[in-house]
Amino acid sequence: MKKSSISQTIMYLCITLYSALCLIPMLLVLMISITDEDAILKNGYSLFPEKFSLYAYKVIFTGGSQVLHSYMISIIVTVVGTSLAILITAMAGYTLANKSVKYRNVLSLYFFITMIFSAGIVPWYLMNRWLGLTDNILALIIPSLLFSPFNLFLVRNFMNGVPDSLRESATIDGANDLTIAFRIYLPLCTPVLATIALFYGLDYWNNWWNAIMLIDDKSLYPLQFMLLQLKSEISMLNQMTMLAGADDITLPSESVKMATAIVTIGPIIFLYPYLQKYFVKGLVIGSVKG
Amino acid sequence: METKLRRRRGVWADIRNNGTSYLLVLPAMVYTFIFGYMTYPYMVIAFQRFNYTKGIFRSEWVGFRNFEFFFRSNKAFLVTFNTIFLNLLFILFGTLTALAIALLLNELRKKLFVKISQSVMLFPNFISWIVISYVIYAFFSMDMGIVNQMLNKLGIASVNWYTEPKVWPAILTLMHVWKGAGMSAVIYLATITGIDDTLYEAAQIDGANRWQMCMKITVPLMMPTVVILTLLSIGKIMYGDFGMIYALIGDNGTLYQTTDIIDTYVFRSLRQIGDPSEAMAVGLFQSVVGFILVFGTNLITRKFFKDGALY
Repeated sequence: MKKSSISQTIMYLCITLYSALCLIPMLLVLMISITDEDAILKNGYSLFPEKFSLYAYKVIFTGGSQVLHSYMISIIVTVVGTSLAILITAMAGYTLANKSVKYRNVLSLYFFITMIFSAGIVPWYLMNRWLGLTDNILALIIPSLLFSPFNLFLVRNFMNGVPDSLRESATIDGANDLTIAFRIYLPLCTPVLATIALFYGLDYWNNWWNAIMLIDDKSLYPLQFMLLQLKSEISMLNQMTMLAGADDITLPSESVKMATAIVTIGPIIFLYPYLQKYFVKGLVIGSVKG
Repeated sequence: METKLRRRRGVWADIRNNGTSYLLVLPAMVYTFIFGYMTYPYMVIAFQRFNYTKGIFRSEWVGFRNFEFFFRSNKAFLVTFNTIFLNLLFILFGTLTALAIALLLNELRKKLFVKISQSVMLFPNFISWIVISYVIYAFFSMDMGIVNQMLNKLGIASVNWYTEPKVWPAILTLMHVWKGAGMSAVIYLATITGIDDTLYEAAQIDGANRWQMCMKITVPLMMPTVVILTLLSIGKIMYGDFGMIYALIGDNGTLYQTTDIIDTYVFRSLRQIGDPSEAMAVGLFQSVVGFILVFGTNLITRKFFKDGALY
């Protein structure tokens, strides 16, 4: 009995330690973002700042800042993109699960093939150029994110579980396909739709691939890409000032950088309880039933 | 009436019967056609000297010259090696860590504790690599980073980590495990929860302790899932994680020696050097080898585990 309680304690310690390791790095970034700039320059980064300051957040949330502008771009792209993506995926999922459609398996194959064989990034890039999807906001919404066969199959599998008798009785009552799809199937599939909404939403929010490939115009940078540019701009600026011998000009400040990183994950923290619940559910469905 | 309609064969009859359904799937079909099927012909530019104004039909054909250029350069071996080596490190350490965490979580009895720690472990998975690059900077920055502060306290001089290619495979592996192991552990834990309880009850009657049950029941029964997931990752070993490498390394040329992968090489050829044909040739090499590996590992999976294959 005693031996097992010791081993239990050790196991609790291990898991606690690992959990702490998962959080501490982000906590460090948070602490730097609320540290006074002079304290950072004097002591370096620290989990326990000598002096607090909210200066960085004031800079970010002052009207007209690049961060606020990019925030707006990211929100628009995420909201519009996710809504459209759910609609497209749910409608297609309904058809693939509709047993009166004789060629639904051929349709599934049609989507499956593009999931297995990808031409790669170069044809994808040339296609977008050809379509004119460069340097406009549609380039952030349409390419690669608007529809994913993986999510389609997730919806189809879920809809396959809806009993056929529901469709039959609705048909007898005089409902057409459109009514059945939007009034019966979609409301019944709220759990799986919430899951794919999270997959899509997270993909849109964290996406910077479309921006790095298709956007050159600075006013269209989404938040993530702006953050990437910020880092390389700073290192370039610092190198230049170092070469010039004027090392007291370091702009933008350390705390502002870290504060930008923190506001980037803001919505994720906000939605976190909801996020992890549905995300895990979706992953388990996806990995078990394929 | 119903049966009569069913008997009419052909696609058109089906479309006429289920017009609405076909209309509902149309947006997804058009999207897949444009961004899937219509991109395939562009692959031929690997054998051209592609010119944006001339397009795919009038660009000059050059045979295998783009491939020759790549394989004659010393880059071909380097980027291929880095891609495979880094992926092997990620698979090995990622799987071991996730397995260990899942087994530990399974042994813990306080359900609330397990639930909370799972939530915490999943957190890094939701953060983009760009934000993580700031985390790394906070630790490894030359002047202000935590690591150098610790080294200084021990009396060791600061190291400029961003000019030391040797340490980056370790840093990348560490961060990959940090980001993904929690999620994998949760998936593994779901597998463990699915194991039949009667097996443990029988073992308990036979006098087995928890360690023996773990080693003789849980681990062997998890092996199929672990092997399948590992094989699937090995199938994708030719594909590097562009998002990770580019966010963490970016255009820092001093680190290319150990961190440059096929995907970043293709990206640079396309977007920075501006040679789409060269990029396509390297991409095609990656796809062909990658496809053989995916197909091969899937064949192995199907042979040994009937339900495990992807297709």
